[in-house]
Amino acid sequence: MKIASWALLQTVLFVLAAPLLRGGVRWLKCLLQNRRPPPLWQPYRDLVRQFRKQPVVADQASWLFRLAPYTIFAATATAAALVPLLTIGASGAVLGDIIVLVGLLALARVFTALAAMDVGTSFGGMGASREITVSALSEPAMLMAIFTLTMTAASTNLASAIDFIMSQGLILRPSFTFALLGLMLVAVAEAGRIPVDNPATHLELTMLHEAMVLEHSARYLALLEWAAQIRFMIFAVLIVDLFLPWGIARDLDAASLATAAGLLALKLAALAALLVTAETVLAKLRLFRVPEYLTLAFLLSLLGLLSHVILEVT
Amino acid sequence: MLTDLSIDQQAVLTLAALVLFTTFAMLAQRSLLTLIQVFAWQGTLLALTTALVAQSSGQHHLYFSALLTLSLKAFFIPWLLRRLVVRLDIVRDVEPVMHTTVVMFIAAALVVFSYYIVLPVEALAVQLTRNTIAVGLSVVLLGMLIMISRRKAVTQVIGFMTMENGLFFTAVAATYGMPMIVELGIAFDVLVAAVLFGVFFFHIRSSIESLDVDRLNRLSEEERR
Repeated sequence: MKIASWALLQTVLFVLAAPLLRGGVRWLKCLLQNRRPPPLWQPYRDLVRQFRKQPVVADQASWLFRLAPYTIFAATATAAALVPLLTIGASGAVLGDIIVLVGLLALARVFTALAAMDVGTSFGGMGASREITVSALSEPAMLMAIFTLTMTAASTNLASAIDFIMSQGLILRPSFTFALLGLMLVAVAEAGRIPVDNPATHLELTMLHEAMVLEHSARYLALLEWAAQIRFMIFAVLIVDLFLPWGIARDLDAASLATAAGLLALKLAALAALLVTAETVLAKLRLFRVPEYLTLAFLLSLLGLLSHVILEVT
Repeated sequence: MLTDLSIDQQAVLTLAALVLFTTFAMLAQRSLLTLIQVFAWQGTLLALTTALVAQSSGQHHLYFSALLTLSLKAFFIPWLLRRLVVRLDIVRDVEPVMHTTVVMFIAAALVVFSYYIVLPVEALAVQLTRNTIAVGLSVVLLGMLIMISRRKAVTQVIGFMTMENGLFFTAVAATYGMPMIVELGIAFDVLVAAVLFGVFFFHIRSSIESLDVDRLNRLSEEERR
């Protein structure tokens, strides 16, 4: 019972920390581009503001439109529960493995697309079609990268995979290099960042994710944005957890949890710095070049799988 | 198992994977100058592998060959090719014959194929890094694929050089290099080839006004129009 409450606590922490990560990325990006950064807690303010507003819903909207934000938020938060944030001793890993995680994210995406098409505006339909195209290409790449890891660890359960990687110590694995690169490319695409999507724009020609949430307002919009922030954090923590797991707590005592929290913050900051640098030097890709980008991600993951078989087994 | 290997050998395996990756990157590349850049990186990785093998195996003549590889394949030949490309004014034309994605999947299939071919050879080899033979062979095959899938003469030369890189990589990683005299011979062959190709580019272009090798198939003046 104790472990269950720890797992719940960890999930709540995950969900609450997600806007902070987004705020941190925004803050770093502003600094890098010589702009004055908004405070780190600006995303929280935005969320509170949106929750206070009165929602406006189109006349044609069906029950699906109102239900979708809650479903999306719930699915994403459940997915977050599966990712060990501070400790592998008490994660929600008993609930399911990494394939369930991918499935939950896909469920959230389906509802986003359905809600976008529900009102019947052209932007919603366009955004939904684009998002589904991108995800159809990025999901195989992500699964492939994950399979590379799980083949090494011989488990699809995140906690035991991380435990295995940690217990082996530092080993240079060619397959992990590729899986890391592939997963990073996929994460950029899934989180809707440059070069696949620009999170800061409302220009209709370039919108992917933003086009789908145009019709939502107030608390619906807040839930959707919060879910997007959690999804971003899931990918970030997943990359950090799987490829640099050192420091994550195995036991539930205060000292190791504090170390884990400190190290996690450092690792996430480093990842954010990398992302922000990449976003600053790169331009957004033309939409028709996005499949090529995702093919590259798929190829990297495939190479990871191949090099695991060729170079590491035997 | 990977855990039995020393950190040097693990590094050699990682470098092998990176060499394979640069070959894929060359296949995917559209711009000629970037292609040459990636080729230079492959040369650097190759030199690094050689130095690492020299260090871990104690075969000191490999340091020399690492230095030779670095100066030739990472600096001189890329510089030569870049100068050619700029002088011929063909910076932006790479014409793939097939769609890039198709080429990529053919390439992945080739990697699997070479792994399958090499399995019995591996069983006989004694080095711990014998797995790299498969990577070497796939780099050779992918170099061939670069030659097949592009129309321009410059990219074909780069494909040819990539094949040579694959052979060299296999030799270094699987058998601690070839005898010094053979290595020197090959290095100068490659150098001379690069220079000769440069001369040929100008000849091809002055006779058919293009570097598109498809047009070399046609014989008469009439057909060309």
